Amino acid sequence: MKSSTSIVIAALAAALSASAAFAETTLTVYTSVEAVDLDRYKQTFEAANPDIKIDWVRDSTGVMTAKLLAEKNNPQADVVWGVAATSLLLLKGENMLEPYSPVGVEKLDPKFVDSATPPSWVGMDAYVAALCYNTVEGEKLGLTPPTSWADLLKPEYKGHVIMPNPNSSGTGFLDVSAWIQMMGEEAAWAFMDGLHENIAAYTHSGSKPCKLAAAGETVIGVSFEFPGAKAKKDGAPIEIIFPTEGSGWEAEATAIIAGTANLEAARKLVDWSITKEANEMYNVGYAVVAYPGVAKPVEFLPEDVASKMIENDFEWAANNRAAILKEWAARYDGKSEPKT
Amino acid sequence: MTTLSLPAGRLPRHSVSRDDIVKRGLMVAISLYLILSLAAPLYVMLSKSMSVYRFDLTQFEFQVSDETATVWSEPRTAAALNAESSAVSADDLRAGSDSRLAATSFFADFSFRSPVRYRLRGTVDEASWLVGSTPGGGTEWQEFDSNTFRRIVLRPSSTFGLDNFTTYFATPSLSNSIRNSALMATISTVITISVAFALAYALNRSNMPFKGLVRLVTTIPILVPSLLPGIALIYLFGNQGLLKPLMMGYSIYGPIGIVIGSVFFTLPHAFLIISTALAVADGRHYEAAASLGSSKWRTFWVVTVPGARFGIISAMFVVFTLVITDFGLPKVIGGQYNMLAVDIYKQVIGQQNFEMGAVVSVILLLPAIIAFTVDRIIQRRQVALLSARSVPYAPRPSRGFDMLCLGWCLAVAIFLVGIIGICQFAALVKLWPYDMSLSLKNYAFDLMDGGGWASYGNSIKLGLLTAFFGTIVVFTGAYMVEKTQGFSAGRSAFHFLAMLPMAVPGMVLGLAYIFFFNDPSNPLNAIYGTMVILVVSTVTHFYTVSHLTALTALKQMDAEFEPVAASLKQPFHKLFFRVTVPVCLPAILDISIYLFVNAMTTVSAVVFLYSTDTQLASVAVLNMDDAGDIAPAAAMGMMIFYTNVAARLVHAGVSTLLLSRTQRWRAR
Repeated sequence: MKSSTSIVIAALAAALSASAAFAETTLTVYTSVEAVDLDRYKQTFEAANPDIKIDWVRDSTGVMTAKLLAEKNNPQADVVWGVAATSLLLLKGENMLEPYSPVGVEKLDPKFVDSATPPSWVGMDAYVAALCYNTVEGEKLGLTPPTSWADLLKPEYKGHVIMPNPNSSGTGFLDVSAWIQMMGEEAAWAFMDGLHENIAAYTHSGSKPCKLAAAGETVIGVSFEFPGAKAKKDGAPIEIIFPTEGSGWEAEATAIIAGTANLEAARKLVDWSITKEANEMYNVGYAVVAYPGVAKPVEFLPEDVASKMIENDFEWAANNRAAILKEWAARYDGKSEPKT
Repeated sequence: MTTLSLPAGRLPRHSVSRDDIVKRGLMVAISLYLILSLAAPLYVMLSKSMSVYRFDLTQFEFQVSDETATVWSEPRTAAALNAESSAVSADDLRAGSDSRLAATSFFADFSFRSPVRYRLRGTVDEASWLVGSTPGGGTEWQEFDSNTFRRIVLRPSSTFGLDNFTTYFATPSLSNSIRNSALMATISTVITISVAFALAYALNRSNMPFKGLVRLVTTIPILVPSLLPGIALIYLFGNQGLLKPLMMGYSIYGPIGIVIGSVFFTLPHAFLIISTALAVADGRHYEAAASLGSSKWRTFWVVTVPGARFGIISAMFVVFTLVITDFGLPKVIGGQYNMLAVDIYKQVIGQQNFEMGAVVSVILLLPAIIAFTVDRIIQRRQVALLSARSVPYAPRPSRGFDMLCLGWCLAVAIFLVGIIGICQFAALVKLWPYDMSLSLKNYAFDLMDGGGWASYGNSIKLGLLTAFFGTIVVFTGAYMVEKTQGFSAGRSAFHFLAMLPMAVPGMVLGLAYIFFFNDPSNPLNAIYGTMVILVVSTVTHFYTVSHLTALTALKQMDAEFEPVAASLKQPFHKLFFRVTVPVCLPAILDISIYLFVNAMTTVSAVVFLYSTDTQLASVAVLNMDDAGDIAPAAAMGMMIFYTNVAARLVHAGVSTLLLSRTQRWRAR
């Protein structure tokens, strides 16, 4: 009895000293990547970097951005990995990011890298605006699927379109900012005026319109491709449509939080986050990744998603965000729910 | 003469006053808790609502070169340039923290192709701008070519003022919410009170069967988050809802959904209050009415309703406050119909506009405080209905009336059980409405937003911690305020502090906590992001009702206990643990179950305060619904329901057991 206890103690002591031998760094990483992907990303990274452990803090993009800004004077994160580039630009403007040029950054598609040198953020992958169209409900109502943004103004879709509210959803804002960049200010607002007539509801989250379309709550959900592919996999009767005019998009990106105590480890993580291996990992869910030539087609998505993406000026979007949202709210948020 | 003959000795007051010092000390300690957990955060929030961002054009000074980039114009401030061109209106100078103003807007003839160069400097150290997204600032002149200059945006500076309120009332999308919230609260109050009154009337004034069962069913809504009726309504009346034809083309998303859901979750509160008021009635009044030849209808209006008027008014204020401050239900089912509590969430989470969130919070505080004050005044005027000579009113059996009452109770019960039932059903369906086969895939919470099964564990932990520490704090506080002699100023101040949480909506409390505890210079900053802040916020949020429960129990104890104990030279803590606590055990158990159940279901206060390690089941319901995973949200909501049912059963078991040991004196 006594000897078995001492064996256990000896084993414990050995285990403790063994783990102490590997000087491990734990990084607090803020993220908004899908909850399903967290474990996979962590394991793949830690397999490649055994001396660094990831401690995830995950929330939706809006909550994460609010949290980071609230912690401006008292940052808790070491690294942000998988948060919208537009949000990171906001942090950059507050001097919250540590500029760093990761090893191999020149290999990335330049639209996925911050314009400053050294860059404050580097991209991972993109989510691209898309329409989720419920074929069963569409047929019941005798509708034809839209092919373009302009199609959404057709009177037959009245009350059958749901889109995210740009004031609370990053996806909603990327739609609005893309329309303005594509169509020009005046035409874009005229388009949104018309669209508003057909909108049944504006949601708080960007993936919800697609999930509502998948559930038949609406026919057309203005959303992005990821939840569409997922819903299709689950067997929902939906079609994922990329409008012919082109789609707005947002990069998921990585950045080091200024003032981190673990700068070396943080740099290692950012270095790894743009490797080919990491991009192959992102490609499991995302059709467009930052490393050229890596992306393989994703199940249920077309092969040429990247070609649907418009030229997106993140800087312009970030600096005009407040004014656009103010205008949007004045036009559409004040009205009561459109009659269905 | 007589005083001189008394033997010298210790004055009898002495030991009492030492006790009193301890009691007062404890009271001050708990007051301090309430000040730190309520008054101070609210004060900080109030000041935050007046923290204003404004483009101060006098802070920026420009110089422009000629075409050869050698001759420079006189330096001029942006204010001077704007006075000339009035390019930027006063309205556009009011800003949010992330507002930007293009520097080029002051130069009407600006062209990015021109060889003209520009210089910019701040006139004060705080002046700041962005070149694209790179921060810049300072009082040194900085030179830019015109193509870089077009990327320069000025940033607002922060001052104090009432601008945020001006903006609020000038923005219809925000200020309309006041009317919407008031309207929804009013309609829901009228309907809930009518339904609850009829229900209470049936249960107290008829001889219908199954009364116990109906009472049990009416408590269901207390056991679930207010998000759940919203989810149920989607599955009942949404576009793929089972009963969609009943909507006759109207949408459930919006006012209709908000009202139906509000009736569901406020019904138990209204019912309990009105039922208590109707439970006591003086049979002599009814005899008098009958002998005066009054019709039943007239008797109802001149005897029954006036007798219950205080209960009805009190219930009205409770329901109104609950609806106007509720966040979960309109979040789920409100559609485009803006409500105040949801606006706070949208401003803070959606736009990171903490200042505007604080403004909406201040506005939301007003109706709650008014309702609270009026209710207090009315409560004070309430007089005892029952005198010693009263004859308890006993309803006479009447088959027709009893069946009518049973029918009504059945209808309400079907409504309540139906809402819960549909949630459980939807949670088990594989892919509503295309594959209605049953599966458990919606319980795979770890694959969704919101924290997975860990959040469920955290909620139980929060419930237990809140129940344990909350009960101790609340009961001790109530004891000190009720059983302390003298010190009346301190006691009434404490009483006011204890009543205040009722008037503070959860969203407001949560936001105030961000401002107060997330400040690195606050020594209490360490609790931010931990379970402690969740426990503190939940205890504070539900302080008032617990406090009143404890007071009621303590008031039932004879005030003579303390003097007797004192004269026997027994310290008060001995009395407290040997007599007071055992006698008040039923109330203490009630307080702990009340705190547990509310900690499980609350969303509003904690939604701003949870962190990754402390995600909660109720917040997971919200986040999963928000992401469009509605069936898993229903599944998690039902987990909360079953947990609360189990907690209730444990509470009932423990109560029976303990009461049989400590309360035997009640049955002599």
